[in-house]
Amino acid sequence: MNVAALATPSAHGWVRQIAGPVHRVLKVLFSVLLTFLGLTCVTFVIGRVIPIDPVLAIVGDKAPPDVYARVRAEIGLDLPLPVQYWRYLMKVLHGDFGNSVITSQPVLADLLHVFPATLELSLLALIIGVIFGVPIGVIAATHRGRWQDQVIRFGSLLGYSMPVFWLGLVGLLAFYAKLGWVEGPGRLDVGFDDIVPTVTGLIVVDSLIAGEHDVFVNALSHLVLPASILGYLSLAYVARMTRSFMLSQLRQEYVLAALAKGLSPFRVVWVHALGNAWVQLITVIALTFGSLLEGAVLTETVFAWPGLGLYMKNSLFNADLNAVLGGTMLVGVVYIGLNMLSDLLYPLVDPRARESS
Amino acid sequence: MSDAPLLTVRNLRVVYPSDEGDFRAVRNVSFTLGRERLGIVGESGSGKSTTGRAIMGLVPEPGRVEADLLRLGDTDLRTLNERGFRKLRGKRIAMVLQDPKYSLDPVMTVGRQIAETHRHHFRSSAKQARAAALEMLEAVHIRDPERVYTQYPHQVSGGMGQRIMIAMMLIAGPDLLIADEPTSALDVTVQHQVLAIMDEQVRKRGMGLILISHNLHLVSSFCDRVLVMYAGQIVESCKAAHLSEAQHPYTRGLLAALPELGHRRLVLPQLQRDPAWLEDVAPLTDATP
Amino acid sequence: MSDVTLRADLGHWRGWLLDQAPGSRWQARLGRWYRAWLGFRRNGLAMTGFGVVLLLVGIAIFAPLIADREAATLQVLTQRLEPASWQHWFGTDELGRDIYARVVFGSRITLTIVALVSAIVVPVGLGIGLPAGYFGGMVDAVLMRITDIFLAFPRLVLALAFAAALGPGIENAVIAIALTTWPPYARLARAETLTRRRAEFIEAAELQGASHLRILLTQIVPLCLPSVIIRLTLDMAGIILTAAGLGFLGLGAQPPAPEWGAMVSSGRQVLLDQWWVATIPGMAIFITSVGFNLLGDGLRDVSDSRAG
Repeated sequence: MNVAALATPSAHGWVRQIAGPVHRVLKVLFSVLLTFLGLTCVTFVIGRVIPIDPVLAIVGDKAPPDVYARVRAEIGLDLPLPVQYWRYLMKVLHGDFGNSVITSQPVLADLLHVFPATLELSLLALIIGVIFGVPIGVIAATHRGRWQDQVIRFGSLLGYSMPVFWLGLVGLLAFYAKLGWVEGPGRLDVGFDDIVPTVTGLIVVDSLIAGEHDVFVNALSHLVLPASILGYLSLAYVARMTRSFMLSQLRQEYVLAALAKGLSPFRVVWVHALGNAWVQLITVIALTFGSLLEGAVLTETVFAWPGLGLYMKNSLFNADLNAVLGGTMLVGVVYIGLNMLSDLLYPLVDPRARESS
Repeated sequence: MSDAPLLTVRNLRVVYPSDEGDFRAVRNVSFTLGRERLGIVGESGSGKSTTGRAIMGLVPEPGRVEADLLRLGDTDLRTLNERGFRKLRGKRIAMVLQDPKYSLDPVMTVGRQIAETHRHHFRSSAKQARAAALEMLEAVHIRDPERVYTQYPHQVSGGMGQRIMIAMMLIAGPDLLIADEPTSALDVTVQHQVLAIMDEQVRKRGMGLILISHNLHLVSSFCDRVLVMYAGQIVESCKAAHLSEAQHPYTRGLLAALPELGHRRLVLPQLQRDPAWLEDVAPLTDATP
Repeated sequence: MSDVTLRADLGHWRGWLLDQAPGSRWQARLGRWYRAWLGFRRNGLAMTGFGVVLLLVGIAIFAPLIADREAATLQVLTQRLEPASWQHWFGTDELGRDIYARVVFGSRITLTIVALVSAIVVPVGLGIGLPAGYFGGMVDAVLMRITDIFLAFPRLVLALAFAAALGPGIENAVIAIALTTWPPYARLARAETLTRRRAEFIEAAELQGASHLRILLTQIVPLCLPSVIIRLTLDMAGIILTAAGLGFLGLGAQPPAPEWGAMVSSGRQVLLDQWWVATIPGMAIFITSVGFNLLGDGLRDVSDSRAG
C-alpha cells in the first residue's frame, strides 16, 4: 500500500513509526469489512432459501392473487436480488433486523437485552479457561512425555470430546440435585429479581456496584456451575494449544542461550518461552471466546440461562426467522470483532509486528 | 592467579541411549585449557558442540555425561547438580551461540536481556543492571548504547546481534567463554569484526576461550591451539602454528581440501574416509603423559 | 503349515516390508504404511481410540444382531422409565423403549452423519484449496477470501441458522455441518499444494505436457490426502458433537429415530429421578468422540514423527 511506501529509510523516524501501525489497521479493517459483507450475504441467502413463503405468512393462503402481489411488492420481493440485498444491507447497517414474532419487539432490542447474560457466562468461562489452561499447558510442555503430561493431555482430550449439554445435565444432577452445592437453572432465584439496577447487565458486577451482597452470592451460585462447565471446555483447548506452542518455543535457541546465562529453568520457561508463546496464544484465546459463544447456546438451554443462546433456540422453534438471523448476525459480528481485536493486540506482545514489513 | 589450568577434561563421554543401542556422541575426549584460545574443529555431528554443552551442563535429556575428570578451576563439574551448574553458567562459563537471530529472545529488548544476566548473578537493582549493560554495550563497540538498549533483536543487524550476545554473556565476568560457531551465520564482512571484539574482550579479561567451528582456516588463524574432532573423538591436537605438520590423515585431508589463493585446481580433492578412524582411541590413563 | 514355518514366513514378510531398498513402488508404499503402523501400534492411547472406533463401526454394522430392532422404537407404555435390568440393560425411556437398543441403533445415525459430512467436506475443500494453491494470483485471492469468510463464522450458530432455514432433519443437519466444516480443508489443501507447487517432479510432469487437471489429480491430490485424512479424523469428534448438539436442540434426526443427542434431550425432563435416560446416550456420544480424538491424535503423532 501507498502508506507503507512513505516509510522509506530516509524518511523521518516518526513517519515510519506511524505508517506501520496505520497500514496494519487499514489492512485489518479491510478484511473485517469483507468478512462482514460475507456475513450479511450468508444471512441474506438463509433468509431467502427458507421454505416458508413470507408473503403467505402475512396474507394467509386464501388471499386473492392481487392482494398477494401487492404485499409481495410491498415487502420488495419482486425486485432483483442485488437490489434486495442492498436494501437488506442498509437495514442491517442501521441495526434494523426486523421485529421478533414472539416478543413483537425489534430484534435488536431483544438481542441487547439478552446478550449481557451470555457475556457474563462466557467471560467467566474464558477467565477460568485462561487462568488454568495456560499454566496447565506450560506444565505439560515442560514435563513432556512424563506422567504429568499424559494426565494433562488425556484430561484435556476428555474436555474437548465432551458434549457440553450432557456435561451440563450431569453437573446439574450431581452438584445441584444430589449435593446441593450450587443453585439450579436460571440466573437468580425468583425473590432476587429486579432488585439490582442494571448498569453493565452482568448481574454479578451490578450487584457489587449496588452493594447487594445477597444478590451477588445468589447470582454467583447460579453462575458458577455453567461457567465452570464451559470453562473446562475452553481450558481443555487453551491447555492443548499452550502445550504445543510451548513445545515449539522450548526448542528454540534463545532458550538455550537463556539457560547458558545461568537463569533458572523457571524463569526461562515462564518469562522467555511463555512470553513468546503469548504471540500465538492471543489468537487462540480470541477463537476460544468465539467458540464459547457457541457452547453458550447449548449450555443456556440446559441451564435455562436467559441469554442469547436460549433466545435463539426459542426463536428457532417458533419460526421466528428475524430473531434467529439477528442472533446469528450478532454472534458473527462478535466473532469478527474478536478476530480484529486479536489482530490489533498482536503487536502488544510481538515487537516484530509493530512495524510494517 | 595460579598456573593451574582453567579447565581440565579427561575422558569425557556423552552417550544418548536409544532403541538401537547407545549412541556415543563424544568418546574419551581429553584436553586442558589455560587462559588461552583453543579451537575445536570438526564436521557437523563430530561431537564438538556436544563437548561444549557438556562443559556447560546443558546436554539435553536423555543424554548422559561421564568423565574421569571434569574440573573448572577447583570445581568438580561431575558432582554438580542442576542448581550448582546454574551458579556457574554466565558467572564462570558462558556460551555464545551461532545465530543471534534465534539465540536472542525476540520479544524482549536487548537491553533487558543483557541486564537480566547481571541482575540474576549480582542481585543488582534495575538501575545498576542497566548501567552495567550500557557499559557492556559500549565495551563491544556499539556506538549508541542508549538507543540499542531499547531495541528488539529483529531491529539489529546480525553483526550487532552477535556483539549483543557477547555482551550478554560476558557481563557477569566469566573465566571461560565457549563460542559455538559464533560467526557462521554472519556476513563475511562482519565475521572478522565480531571475532576481533571477542578476542579483545578475552584478552582484556584474561579469559579462556573455546572456539568451536567447522572452519579450519578460521580456527587456525585465530586460536593458539587446535583440536580436530572426528566421530566424537579427538583425532589431532596441536599448536595452531604447527597445523601444517598434522599427522592424522583426516586432518591432512581437510588441509588438502582448503582452497589456496592463485592456485586453481582442476579436480577438487575429495576426502577419503577410512573406517579405521571410527575405532576407539585408547582412553587417557594416569600413565600417559 | 507348521507353526515354525508360519513364523518364518511372517518374518520373511516383515523383512520384505522393512526392506531399506524396496524393489517396487508397491513395496515402498506398503513398507511406508507398515512402518507408520509400527509407530502407531506403540502408542497405547491411540490404539485405544482405534479400538473404540472399530467397536463403534462393528456395532453399527451388526446392530440387528446385537440388539432388537423392534425394541428401539417399540413403545411399551406399561414399562416406562424402568431402571436397568436383565431385560433392559440400560433401562427404558419415557415411552417405554429399550435404551440399549436405541443406543446401539443410534450408532448408525451418528456414523451416517460423519460419513456424509466427510464425503462432502473433503471434495469441496480440495476443490477450492487445490486450484487456489496451484494457480495462485487472482484465483487464490478470491477463493481464499471466500474461505476466510466461512472460517470467520461460529460453526454451531451458523449450522443452527441453516438448519432453522432448511427445516429440521438429518439431511439438513448434514448440509449445515458440512457448510461450516469445509474451510479448514481448503486452507490445508492450499498450503500443501503451495509447498509442492515448485517441486521438481511437478515441473517435470508439466514439461512432459501433462494438463493442469492431470497434475492436480495424479500428483498433488495423493500428497495432500494423508494430512487431510488426519485432519478429518481429528474433526470427526467435532462433527459428532455438533450433530449431537443439533439433535439436542431438536434440529437433527427427528423422532422416533434413536439419535443420541435427541435422546439426551428427551431424558432431560426426568433427569432428577431417572438419570439413566439422559446420561447413557450422552455417555455414548462422549465415548465415541473420545475414541475419534485419540485416534486422530495418534495418527498425527505418527505423521509428525515421520516428518521430523
